Order: sequence, then structure tokens, then C-alpha cells
Amino acid sequence: MRVRRALVAVLVAVAAAASAQVAYKRAWPTLAADGLHDPASPALAILQEPSEALSALPPDFAGNLVNWMASLDGGYIKPRSTVLADTRVTLRSTDVLLKRTGELPLVVFPHRQHTAWLDCTNCHDQLFQQKAGGTMINMFLILQGEKCGVCHGAVAFPLTECARCHSVARGSDAEKTFRNLVRE
Amino acid sequence: MNPADRYVPRRRPRTRLAVALFAIVAAVLSALAPDAGAEYGDVVINNYSDGAGMRPVVFPHWFHRVRYRCKVCHADLGFQFKAGGNQINMVKIIDGQFCGGCHNGDIAWSVENCNLCHSGKPGTLTQVHESTTSQIASPPARVTAK
Ligand code: HEC
Ligand code: HEC
Ligand code: HEC
Ligand code: HEC
Ligand code: HEC
Ligand code: HEC
Repeated sequence: MRVRRALVAVLVAVAAAASAQVAYKRAWPTLAADGLHDPASPALAILQEPSEALSALPPDFAGNLVNWMASLDGGYIKPRSTVLADTRVTLRSTDVLLKRTGELPLVVFPHRQHTAWLDCTNCHDQLFQQKAGGTMINMFLILQGEKCGVCHGAVAFPLTECARCHSVARGSDAEKTFRNLVRE
Repeated sequence: MNPADRYVPRRRPRTRLAVALFAIVAAVLSALAPDAGAEYGDVVINNYSDGAGMRPVVFPHWFHRVRYRCKVCHADLGFQFKAGGNQINMVKIIDGQFCGGCHNGDIAWSVENCNLCHSGKPGTLTQVHESTTSQIASPPARVTAK
């Protein structure tokens, strides 16, 4: 038990150090040097460099070094919700508390922020049950790219940002705002 | 309570936790190393391109998510959440599926701009560039190409 607690503490410290280091230099790789694009491709003269678009958006310490939620909520970007005529947009605003977190703070899953980008069918019912506490989730699955790890660690903010998911201290006032694991 | 019952549930989560924590340590440590890789979320699609003598396709998430919500592609246009998992080819694109839902000369520039999509280094495997999970093993680990 003590070993486990120490391990978690070390992890959190290292993760904090990692993000602090990234925050230090907000720089994006150039397309020619990113290891994926062919430096000989004629497209490189036409494609947009990440730094050109991303440096204008609210900063973050990980992933694209962009706080995508702040970019959306603050109106810095206005991504379209549809390209086809017959598609709908569905939103939800509940927060769900996920309590099987060992000794880390509890996880809050916010629907508002997710449905601002995603559709219900992106998550329900393949990845998650529509029932608070109904889904088996743990870090092992997440680190393998399942559950929350389908997006976090690939496109949405990466898994080094422990505290962004593990955001509510056990026994805190914030925990008491949830009724049966859900907050309207 | 039967002592056996007490030990069984404690054991498994512990090993699982140990594995998870080890993986996290590995991920975090490699995140500390200077990252010369591509932009976070860039996807290389190379199921067929190399074989057809074309450069692999590089799909930038950062560029598209400035303009479209995820649901447009991943719900309305039907892209599965899996690099290389959609069996995209030019017939489907010209037919208006996948990239062709927008790269049709109407919503976005059309298919004759081969080089803009086929811009990858020849031989690059299908992958999503990630700053965490792909670096647990040596990158790129989440390779879905044959
Ligand atoms: C994308 C969100 C997210 C991030 C980022 C995240 N976690 Fe978790 N974590 C979860 C969820 C969800 C659970 C399961 C909660 C449940 O099912 O009630 C969990 C469970 C856990 C558990 C207990 C269960 C287990 O798997 O052993 C530990 C320990 C843990 N996380 C540690 C971490 C650490 C350390 C980090 C940072 C390196 C981290 N987590 C980052 C979402 C996240
Ligand atoms: C990014 C993934 C994601 C999206 C998108 C999403 N959900 Fe959820 N949903 C979850 C998770 C995670 C839970 C918690 C599951 C658990 O605790 O086992 C949940 C729980 C629920 C619940 C039960 C808790 C509650 O809030 O009452 C309902 C109902 C629900 N979702 C409906 C929806 C609807 C309707 C939409 C679309 C408007 C939607 N969800 C979109 C991930 C998602
Ligand atoms: C289908 C993709 C997807 C899944 C699955 C998913 N997320 Fe997210 N999540 C996103 C996106 C997109 C954002 C927007 C921010 C970004 O891109 O970094 C986000 C943002 C968040 C935020 C930040 C909200 C804010 O106000 O900044 C939290 C917390 C979060 N997710 C937790 C979770 C947890 C916990 C799970 C699993 C139970 C989960 N997510 C599963 C895509 C996903
Ligand atoms: C909008 C982006 C886009 C454009 C523009 C584009 N392609 Fe593709 N192309 C793709 C994608 C994605 C694939 C699937 C890649 C893979 O799996 O290897 C593909 C696959 C291919 C393939 C192999 C599969 C097949 O259909 O035979 C060939 C050959 C090809 N493209 C040729 C071209 C040529 C020639 C042009 C210009 C006339 C072009 N492409 C323009 C996105 C594009
Ligand atoms: C313009 C279309 C488009 C938009 C918008 C888009 N994606 Fe994608 N996404 C793709 C394509 C294309 C792929 C690769 C599919 C393939 O290779 O067949 C992909 C792959 C993925 C994958 C799989 C990565 C892996 O691990 O293999 C995830 C997760 C993902 N997208 C999440 C998101 C999230 C979250 C958003 C919103 C913030 C988003 N996408 C917005 C087109 C899009
Ligand atoms: C939802 C619509 C949509 C889909 C689907 C889509 N794109 Fe795009 N894409 C756009 C738009 C809009 C632009 C910007 C066009 C412009 O600047 O005129 C763009 C631009 C691009 C660019 C150029 C980026 C730059 O730096 O200028 C590339 C490369 C690209 N798309 C590749 C793809 C590939 C590959 C696919 C399929 C796997 C795809 N796109 C699917 C809408 C889409």
C-alpha cells in the first residue's frame, strides 16, 4: 500500500515536470522536419505550418499546445457542426463522477465539453453505458487506447495530464454536489 | 468472511495497477525526452499508397478541428476511430465518401491536388502520432498497417 502511494506520488510529480518542461518552449515542429512529411514533396510549399495557425490560439502545455476547450468556448475557432443537410446536433450538460480511482482524486466526466465536439454515438453505447457507474474503466485500458484513451492520448489532450481528469478531491465539497454520481 | 474471498479481489487489481503504473512511468519518461515527432494527432494512412507508388497520406487533425467538430467526420461521414481502419481508396473518395465528403471542389479543394494529401515520407507506416501511448514502446507503436 505504501509503495503504491509512493509510486502514484512520483508519477504525478514526473507528469508535472513533463508538462512544465513543455510549457517552457511553445514551439511546433515544422512540416519538413516532423518525420512524417516527405521533405521533397511539392506540397510543403503549400500546406500550412502548425505554428502559423496554432500560435494564435489559447495556450496549453501538452498535445498541440493549444487549449481546445478555451479556443471553442472563447470563440477563437468556430468549427462547423454539419456538412450534410440531414444530420442533427445533440447536446448534454451533465457531469458524471467516476470513483474507482484508487488513491487519486476522483474523475469527473463532463458531457457539455464533449458534446460540444462529439456526437452521442461516438461514445454510446460502444465505449460507455448510459448509466453512471455502469462502465468498467481503468488506467490499464485507457493507456492501451480504450475507453477515454480512444481520444485522450491520440487527438484530445494526452494522458500525462492526470489532474485534468482526476479533478475532484475525495470528501471535498465538490464531490457533494453530485447526486448518485451525476451533477446537472 | 472466508479468507480466500478476501485475497482474491485484492490481488488482481494490484497487478493490473502495477502494469498500468509502469506503463505510465514509461510514457511520462519518454514524454520528457525531446520530441522531434510530428504534430500531435497527425495520422498517416498507408494501407495502399506505398504499394501504388504514391506517397502515404498525412491527415492533420489540428488543421481540420479548427474548421469542423469531430462529429462531422466521426459520426456524419462515418470515419471509425482507427488509423488505417476505414479502407479508404480513391474510388470511394471520388464517389464522395470519406475525404471526398468535403474534398470535392465544393466544400474544399478537390481530388486533383494529389500531392496535398499524398505528402508523407515513402515507407512511413500507418499510425497516429501521439505524445503518450505510442511512446511506451519505441515510436511508432500503434501501427495498424500490414
Ligand atoms: C482522460 C482522463 C484520465 C487521465 C488523463 C488520467 N486518468 Fe486515471 N482514471 C481515469 C478514469 C476514467 C479512471 C477509472 C474511474 C472509474 O472507473 O471509476 C481512472 C483510474 C485511475 C486509477 C485507479 C484505477 C486503476 O486503473 O488502477 C489510477 C491509479 C489512475 N487513474 C492514475 C492516473 C495517473 C497517475 C494519471 C496521469 C499519468 C491518470 N490516471 C490520468 C481517467 C483518467
Ligand atoms: C466522449 C464520450 C461521450 C459522449 C460524446 C456522450 N457521452 Fe454520455 N456518458 C459518457 C460517460 C463516460 C458516461 C459515464 C458512464 C459510466 O459512469 O459508466 C456517460 C453517461 C451518460 C448517461 C448516464 C449519466 C447521466 O448523465 O445521466 C446518459 C443518460 C448519457 N451519458 C447520455 C448521453 C447523451 C444523450 C449524449 C449525446 C448528447 C452523450 N451521452 C454523449 C460518455 C459520453
Ligand atoms: C470520443 C473522444 C473522447 C473520449 C472517448 C473521451 N474524451 Fe474527453 N475530451 C475529448 C475532446 C475532443 C475534448 C476537448 C479538449 C481537447 O481536445 O483536448 C475532451 C476534453 C475533456 C476534458 C476537459 C474539459 C475541459 O473543460 O477542459 C476532460 C476532463 C475529459 N475530456 C475527460 C474525459 C474522460 C474522463 C473520459 C473517459 C470517461 C473522456 N474524456 C473520454 C474527447 C474524448
Ligand atoms: C483528399 C485527400 C486525397 C487526395 C486529394 C488524393 N488522394 Fe489518393 N488517397 C487518399 C487516401 C486517404 C487514400 C488511402 C491511403 C492508403 O490507405 O494508403 C488514398 C489512396 C490512393 C491510392 C491507393 C488506393 C487506390 O485507390 O488505388 C492511389 C493510387 C491514390 N490515392 C492516388 C491518388 C491520385 C493519383 C490523386 C490525384 C489525382 C489522389 N490520390 C488524390 C487521399 C487523397
Ligand atoms: C475532417 C475530418 C475529421 C475531423 C474533424 C476529426 N477527425 Fe479524427 N480522424 C479522421 C481521420 C481521417 C482519421 C484516420 C482514419 C483512417 O486512417 O482511416 C481519424 C482518426 C481519429 C482517431 C483514431 C486514432 C487512432 O488511435 O488510431 C481518433 C481517436 C480521432 N480521430 C479523434 C478525433 C477527435 C477527438 C476529433 C475532434 C476533436 C476528430 N477526430 C476530428 C478525420 C477527422
Ligand atoms: C469535413 C470536411 C473535410 C473532410 C472530411 C476532409 N477534409 Fe481535408 N480539408 C477540409 C477543408 C475545408 C480544408 C481547407 C481547404 C482550403 O483551405 O481551401 C482541408 C484541407 C486539407 C489539407 C490541407 C491542409 C493545409 O495545410 O492546407 C489536407 C492535407 C487535407 N485536408 C487532407 C484530408 C484528408 C487526407 C482527408 C480524408 C482522410 C480529409 N482531408 C478529409 C475539409 C475536410
